[in-house]
Amino acid sequence: MSLVTITENIIKLLRDYWQVFLLRGVSITLLLSVITVFFGAILGSLLAFARMSRFKMLRWPVAFFVELIRGTPILLQLYIGYFVAPQVFPFLGMSDFASIAVALIINSACYVSEIVRSGIQAVDKTQNEAARSLGLNPAQAMVLVVLPQAVKNILPALGNEFVMIIKETSLASTFFIGDLMTSYLTVKGKTFLSLESLIIVGAIYFVLTFSLSKIIGVYERRLKVSD
Amino acid sequence: MIETVHLTKYFGKLKVLDDISETIQQGEVVSIIGPSGSGKSTFLRCLNLLEVPTSGQVIFDGVNLTDKGTDINLHRQKMGMVFQQFNVFPHLSVKDNITLAPVLLKKKTKAEAGALADELLARVGMTDKAKEHPKKLSGGQKQRLAIVRALAMEPEVMLFDEPTSALDPEMVGEVLSVIKDLVKGGMTLIIVTHEMGFAREVSTRVLFMDEGRIQEQGTPEQIFVNPQSPRTQSFLSKVLR
Repeated sequence: MSLVTITENIIKLLRDYWQVFLLRGVSITLLLSVITVFFGAILGSLLAFARMSRFKMLRWPVAFFVELIRGTPILLQLYIGYFVAPQVFPFLGMSDFASIAVALIINSACYVSEIVRSGIQAVDKTQNEAARSLGLNPAQAMVLVVLPQAVKNILPALGNEFVMIIKETSLASTFFIGDLMTSYLTVKGKTFLSLESLIIVGAIYFVLTFSLSKIIGVYERRLKVSD
Repeated sequence: MIETVHLTKYFGKLKVLDDISETIQQGEVVSIIGPSGSGKSTFLRCLNLLEVPTSGQVIFDGVNLTDKGTDINLHRQKMGMVFQQFNVFPHLSVKDNITLAPVLLKKKTKAEAGALADELLARVGMTDKAKEHPKKLSGGQKQRLAIVRALAMEPEVMLFDEPTSALDPEMVGEVLSVIKDLVKGGMTLIIVTHEMGFAREVSTRVLFMDEGRIQEQGTPEQIFVNPQSPRTQSFLSKVLR
């Protein structure tokens, strides 16, 4: 198989199946990623605060859960989300997409919780002391003094998490969710052009993650300037 | 005004404060001197409960701060604190650093707090810095800002924790002169310091601490000219060389 044939096949595939790759695949991958990052960030922040709580009864179970999720393969968690959860909670009537999204969100939240926690703990604890010495209560000191400084540590890392998620959603293709990686399976099944489909899908993933990293980079530099 | 009763503090197994009972009256300027690790900073930080004492009491204006039912946040508003590392808020402008607490804690309206901030900044010679961000300030300016930030709450007492130790030598003077102005204004001050000349000049009383205890105390003359305890003598002979 020559390079010329491969190139011709890629052009042919792009012509015949661009809708599968670009419309369906990219949109579902992006949708799944955005949903995961958005709800993952919210849930992750809650987990982070729970893990920093004064109350052991809250701190310990959350710490255990976070470590459990971080210490097991994401594919395994997706299997649980896809096969087990609908059986345990049939009344929720979740679609395949929703089951996978929930599994991804929980996984991402656990990583985000560590991002948030370390971002907050990276703020010098003397900042909290200074705020408390003026008479601010713990919540006021957190919201008005510590968090605004922690955000600068958290946002760039959250951006990188977004990039990671885009790649990790490819695992959802195991369940034929319709994401970019699924479009590879679809097209390969119809055309038997495996390598060419993979090259196309890989190129699209790369364009997505690379441009996102660049955007985050610009944003990160801006945060540094305003520092 | 501030009284400690059998104040004791452990860090793990290490006894940092050993049964300190001491009273500080309104209008006093008390300097606390002593070697590193003698517990003087810990003692100061116990006064507004930034360090929670292991046992004993801190009584401020007749209120037992160490009592669980006491709203410590309310009483901290009356006790300004200045730290060795300035701890100005880097995400806020100079003026917002000053007005944050008084406005948030409903002591003042935004306009009143702003006017007071301008007045205080003028007093420490930083009027032109009001809109700057703290990272543009020198160490001495940051520390003056920290003092002003504490003063904006109109506290009854100011606690200084080695306010000049982190400064370049040429900036020590500008910060000390601001503290001297406070002394002239009649403010009650408690200062942990290594600036012996300054302690001698401004204090009404000097406490010498070592090994978690107040080993000796008295007027600056008594402590610096005629120390009684051998520990004080040995310490002063090393630092006054």
